[in-house]
Amino acid sequence: MKPVIQIESLKKQYQIGDQEIQALRGVSLTIEEGDFVAIMGPSGSGKSSMMNVIGCLDKPTSGEFYLDGFPVSEAHDDELAEIRNQKIGFVFQNFNLLPRTTAVENVELPLLYGGVSAKERRQRAVQALISVGLAERLNNKPNELSGGQQQRVSIARALVNDPVILLADEPTGALDTKTSEEIMGIFQQLNDAGKTVILVTHEPDIAEYAKRIVRFRDGQIIANELVAERRRVLSEEVRR
Amino acid sequence: MSFLECVRISFRSIKANGLRSILTMLGIIIGVAAVIAMVAIGEGTSSSVASQINGLGSNLLIVAPGQATQGRVSLGAGSLNTLTLADAEAIAQKESVAGVAPSVNGRAQIVWGSNNYSSSLEGTTADFPEVRNVEVAQGRFFTNFEVKQQFNVAVVGTEVVNNLFANLSTSPIGQTVQINRIPFTIIGVLKSQGSSGMTNNDDRILIPITTAMSRLTGGKNVGTIYVSASSSDQMDQAKLDIASTIRAQHNLRPTAADDFRITSQSDILSTAQQVSSSMTALLSGIAAISLIVGGIGVMNIMLVSVTERTREIGIRKAIGAKRSDILRQFLIEAVTLSLIGGVVGILFGVGAALVISKLGGMATSISLSPILYAFLTSSLVGVIFGVYPARKAAQLKPIDALRYE
Ligand SMILES: Nc1ncnc2c1ncn2[C@@H]1O[C@H](COP(=O)(O)OP(=O)(O)OP(=O)(O)O)[C@@H](O)[C@H]1O
Ligand SMILES: [Mg+2]
Repeated sequence: MKPVIQIESLKKQYQIGDQEIQALRGVSLTIEEGDFVAIMGPSGSGKSSMMNVIGCLDKPTSGEFYLDGFPVSEAHDDELAEIRNQKIGFVFQNFNLLPRTTAVENVELPLLYGGVSAKERRQRAVQALISVGLAERLNNKPNELSGGQQQRVSIARALVNDPVILLADEPTGALDTKTSEEIMGIFQQLNDAGKTVILVTHEPDIAEYAKRIVRFRDGQIIANELVAERRRVLSEEVRR
Repeated sequence: MSFLECVRISFRSIKANGLRSILTMLGIIIGVAAVIAMVAIGEGTSSSVASQINGLGSNLLIVAPGQATQGRVSLGAGSLNTLTLADAEAIAQKESVAGVAPSVNGRAQIVWGSNNYSSSLEGTTADFPEVRNVEVAQGRFFTNFEVKQQFNVAVVGTEVVNNLFANLSTSPIGQTVQINRIPFTIIGVLKSQGSSGMTNNDDRILIPITTAMSRLTGGKNVGTIYVSASSSDQMDQAKLDIASTIRAQHNLRPTAADDFRITSQSDILSTAQQVSSSMTALLSGIAAISLIVGGIGVMNIMLVSVTERTREIGIRKAIGAKRSDILRQFLIEAVTLSLIGGVVGILFGVGAALVISKLGGMATSISLSPILYAFLTSSLVGVIFGVYPARKAAQLKPIDALRYE
């Protein structure tokens, strides 16, 4: 198995005034291709900080980070933008879709910055939306969609560039149980198809859809274990 | 991302914030429209003034009575009655002088049959057409003999003909009219000159100055003496000759001041041009300031827009937008705003200039250079005032932009 993510003694500290906050205190983690990892831990333990570094949205204070073999810790801003565009799909708790912009246009956005032609863009965006079960909602704007539908759009957007890794920071945090289950079904399907997935969650139920659980406390990993009894969502439930 | 896509995105965001965008553009629109309308008015006025002054006559010198002073207060030009027909005759002897047309002015009631009309009356001499650059369209002008003999003959402008002889199908030449109850024979009609500014040059009656002085205006003084120099390089010589002649006529001692004033056509022209060019400069200065204010408006809106759309910037960066993509997007947006404002402003400015010349009776001249200038300025305003907010947007860190509430 090829490692998609290799992290070595990663540290992240924030500076507020003269106060230094240690969000990550030397984290080492390797995630292999095709894995499905759930990150858990109490509030403030550094889960989001970790995800932002992995997603190249933020730079670590120190430590080594290789994404798909590429040394990210040494990359410039423009290189990071390209990595975010080509190798990473990020799903946020609050969806982060562009308002006043239709679902299909939102999904097209990463392709736009990736320099894909208009025709191919539309094709691939529609395809991605179909794969998350939103074929009927292509031209709706975010405010015309339910929370679950908005999260599907943002998953489609994360997928459309065929990234090496899919990151999701509390993707079900704003959704009810049933909708959460549908969303987890989509992640499972994608993982079954070979996509590496990392998600952060507070809910043990949700974490059990993953293959592996990594636990954080005070900016450090305290456990990294396989899920004993993995939950599965049947594919017909996903498509509703 | 291609340039065209950037343009499309900025159009969309301009449309999404419709009212705000329009208000922003309004600053530019008013600025550009003001520049264009002001320059059009300024240029139009100065060229119409120039053509009016040139139309006065060729190589024209105007001799007017001097100013009387009471105590130390000047009573204004023409407040003295010092010029006479004898002065005019003496000036006419000079070699540097080609023609002399003394003139007296008044208003008169002119009656033909049951029609009557009030017009301006000017008494003058046979040199008038040459000196004042007017032509006779029908009939003839009066001769020196008729002037000397105080003939009751009159030459009228087309406006007088239209009003007085409206129901006459043939030429008015030979008709007898009453001017202030004295019968005159119409011997000529002037070629139409149109109006210049406030005065209608076609609304006048010309009669021999001798007749005018003895029978209509009374008195022995003439109001103004129009002189044409024999050639344009004789203007200065003519001016000197006229001055010495009149001083001799008036027996002025060498120490005494002139009791008359000589103005040349070019003096009037350069004064008028100075006035109108400083007016143009002033107006365009004010207009330029409003353009700058408009530019600051664009910057203000773009800054607000950057702050308001921080999340959008975060999202775009999170999915792969580079600094240059964001910079370009916001810059194009600012330039698009100012360019649309500029184009609309040009349309409004040209429209305003046309309306002013149609309704206000003011001459305007629309030339290409202020339009180009306004167009360039407005796009420049967009770039200059757009760069700062655009840079600000581009430099945001993706995670900070996403966290922004
Ligand atoms: N931008 C920031 N500036 C300063 N401190 C920060 C910032 N982001 C996070 N922190 C701090 O870093 C620590 C870790 O935060 P982080 O968001 O990674 O926690 P988390 O595990 O995601 O928590 P939660 O489950 O509540 O989302 C916290 O103490 C937090 O206060
Ligand atoms: Mg978090």
